[in-house]
Amino acid sequence: MSNRVKNIIVPIMAVILGMLVGTIIMIVTGYDALAAFTALWNGAFGEIYYTGEVIRQVTPLILAGLSVAFAFRTGLFNIGVEGQLIVGWLAAVWVGVSFELPAVIHTLVAVIAAGVAGALWAFIPGLLKAKFRVHEVIVTIMLNYTALHVTNYIIRSVLSEKSDRTEMIKETATLRSSFLEGLTDYSRLHWGIVIALIAVFIMWFLLEKTTRGYELRSVGFNQHASHYAGMNVDKNIILSMVISGAFAGLAGAMEGLGTFGYASIKGGFTGVGFDGIAVALLGGNGPIGVILAALLFGALKVGALNMPLEAGVPNELVDIIIALIVFFVAASYMIRLFIDRISKKGVK
Amino acid sequence: MEYVIEMLGIRKEFPGIVANDNITLQLKQGEIHALLGENGAGKSTLMNVLFGLYQPEQGEIRVRGKAVKITNPNIANDLGIGMVHQHFMLVDKFTVTENIILGKETKSGLKIDLKKAEQEVREISERYGLAVDPQAKIADISVGMQQRVEILKTLYRGAEILIFDEPTAVLTPQEIKELIQIMKTLIKEGKSIILITHKLKEIMEVCDRCTVIRKGVGIGTVNVSETNPNELASLMVGREVTFKTEKADAKPAQSVLEINGLIVKDSRGLTAVNSLNLDVKAGEILGIAGVDGNGQTELIEAISGLRKSESGSIQLNGKEIRNLPPRKITEAGTGHIPQDRHKHGLVLDFPIGENMVLQTYYKSPFSKTGVLNFKQIYQKAKSLIQEFDVRTPSEFTLARALSGGNQQKAIIGREVDRNPDLLIAAQPTRGLDVGAIEFIHKRLIEQRDNGKAVLLLSFELDEILNVSDRIAVIYEGEIVAIVNPKETTEQELGLLMAGSKQKEVGEQTNV
Repeated sequence: MSNRVKNIIVPIMAVILGMLVGTIIMIVTGYDALAAFTALWNGAFGEIYYTGEVIRQVTPLILAGLSVAFAFRTGLFNIGVEGQLIVGWLAAVWVGVSFELPAVIHTLVAVIAAGVAGALWAFIPGLLKAKFRVHEVIVTIMLNYTALHVTNYIIRSVLSEKSDRTEMIKETATLRSSFLEGLTDYSRLHWGIVIALIAVFIMWFLLEKTTRGYELRSVGFNQHASHYAGMNVDKNIILSMVISGAFAGLAGAMEGLGTFGYASIKGGFTGVGFDGIAVALLGGNGPIGVILAALLFGALKVGALNMPLEAGVPNELVDIIIALIVFFVAASYMIRLFIDRISKKGVK
Repeated sequence: MEYVIEMLGIRKEFPGIVANDNITLQLKQGEIHALLGENGAGKSTLMNVLFGLYQPEQGEIRVRGKAVKITNPNIANDLGIGMVHQHFMLVDKFTVTENIILGKETKSGLKIDLKKAEQEVREISERYGLAVDPQAKIADISVGMQQRVEILKTLYRGAEILIFDEPTAVLTPQEIKELIQIMKTLIKEGKSIILITHKLKEIMEVCDRCTVIRKGVGIGTVNVSETNPNELASLMVGREVTFKTEKADAKPAQSVLEINGLIVKDSRGLTAVNSLNLDVKAGEILGIAGVDGNGQTELIEAISGLRKSESGSIQLNGKEIRNLPPRKITEAGTGHIPQDRHKHGLVLDFPIGENMVLQTYYKSPFSKTGVLNFKQIYQKAKSLIQEFDVRTPSEFTLARALSGGNQQKAIIGREVDRNPDLLIAAQPTRGLDVGAIEFIHKRLIEQRDNGKAVLLLSFELDEILNVSDRIAVIYEGEIVAIVNPKETTEQELGLLMAGSKQKEVGEQTNV
């Protein structure tokens, strides 16, 4: 069996195994598994409203997944997507609240501001890695907390008068669309999905087709050979983090300009940034894979809300299933071994 | 006739290829038996069959006349077969003793009895003249010593038959001499040895008999005393091989590379290259001879821009290139076949095609307005692969999947194709078989004949003597002598490399 086929089969097996173990857990704990999965499906695709909500949920997941995947493909672990996302969210809302611009342009400026903010936030670990070889995992984890508390401070003391949220962004800056909402029975579906899909294309084109992408991949695989070949290793490390951060910042804009329309003080992380790691992992760090993985996780998360209502199963169970899927992807060695065994027997 | 091991008609298939086909190898008690073959001929596969890592499709293995089935390495161990791997399997942070007893710990109660183990290790070490300190940490001892630890490991487990997998590939000439001594001692103590190698000189020196395999097929077994290197080489490659590379006299012209008073520090901050002067002319191959660690690596890294130098001057065609970024130096007209092809020469996870444009990807026709033209890239790669006989399933195959020789040919193709005024070749044939070596030497000489300058660094004296037009001997970071390869001997070079002054050497050889 070729590696290509294996790379597709492994995540699919992981999903199936995750669901299977989830089923066993439900049966053991006395819930009706069939009813639960039916409710999950209905909650995600049963009505057009839910489907709209799924796509809305998928949008930031795609961007967060891209962010992780891009860094990974260029040899870096960006664990700071969460922080870059929060910073991007705030930047987008700030532009949306404070500027007076015509529609569309206002939105674009706000989206770009989010990307730039995320990029700048990621520039810090990039620079530290390039100049002082400080490991980006440590710096990005710390910067997640820094982002959380700095943005909370700015929301409370700069963008509002001791309130726990900002004003709503101006109508001109919103990503919301009455057309899309009308189409989906008044879900919160917004134009962000278009931006996310454009970003997917950009990532693919940049990495696979451009001279810059060649350098980024080369540095990611082998810094020594890249240096020998005359590439500027430090510059490419920083650039890789910055681009990854920009994707994360855009994910923040989706929440700030689309789903919520404001930024509020957060008691903890949104989780979207961390889900991005799972999305990239399940999607094999490829553009199409990221879309599919985001779709799966988005559907699971939205559909889960229907499980307590329709089947009386706690929606936390979906979190368990997602965790199991991630576990099985991470343990893909097991699955690969299993596939090898089976295909060997087939030959004999 | 007493055979300790007989492998009869062994056949091993992998999907798509037959790695071993009807190979027979019979090891006599107390002999050193060479297993000779080109890179990728199937030597390692055969030994892995013997060691229980692979199961053969056909054939029989007999140990001391009894047919056995070796289904895993533990059975091989129990049968007294031990393997000294090419890539050492040692834990860096453990001591010698800890490494040796790993998996076979001597226990007293729940504790490991390190004292007793150390005593045992010391006894074995002394018995076989290995001179290993049982308490030293692996990270602190030399590569040669680490290899002895591997040998000790097999002896500690009671091995009677030792398999050495290309043991000299990583050793210095001095260490090789010592290893040969150790092998002779082992034989004297009643062990038997299989030596996997493609170095003919070693076979002639220590082996009793030699089994040759070519492209997975057993060619036969010869008595070493009744053969010569030429015959072995043609058995191995399947055609006549010339050791003496044919070449016309050099026609050196103007200086291409001029180095004056160059000082370079090594990674520890010590002076590695010390006020070095050197020039390489167009139309000549200048060989640098020296014992490893005398500043060669630092010198080459300084010329190619991989390492910053302290002071002095490096001029290429009269232009100062010292401490320029690597790309500027490349563009000024240098090509560099790096010493470590995996570290510097290739991006192993790139297809071989993308590796072929590692220095030129940003130039037309490979890149236009920042977008790569893969059609052009792979066309170029295809033609280079053909021209330089790189054996690969396709230009889309990952560089990692190629054998060492083919990886090296790819690098050489890439560097020579840019037609640089100065070609730096650092150990271009390390670990390669005679066929590939011959090919690479021809290419270097071709560059020279086209009026280019070639700087050759090698630790193989044969290679230096054979290929160079002038030899510069480096010792402690200085060029201590420049000699003519036609007028010098291996002996003289050896003395110069060890730090004797040229005048003294003259006196010694005159006596």
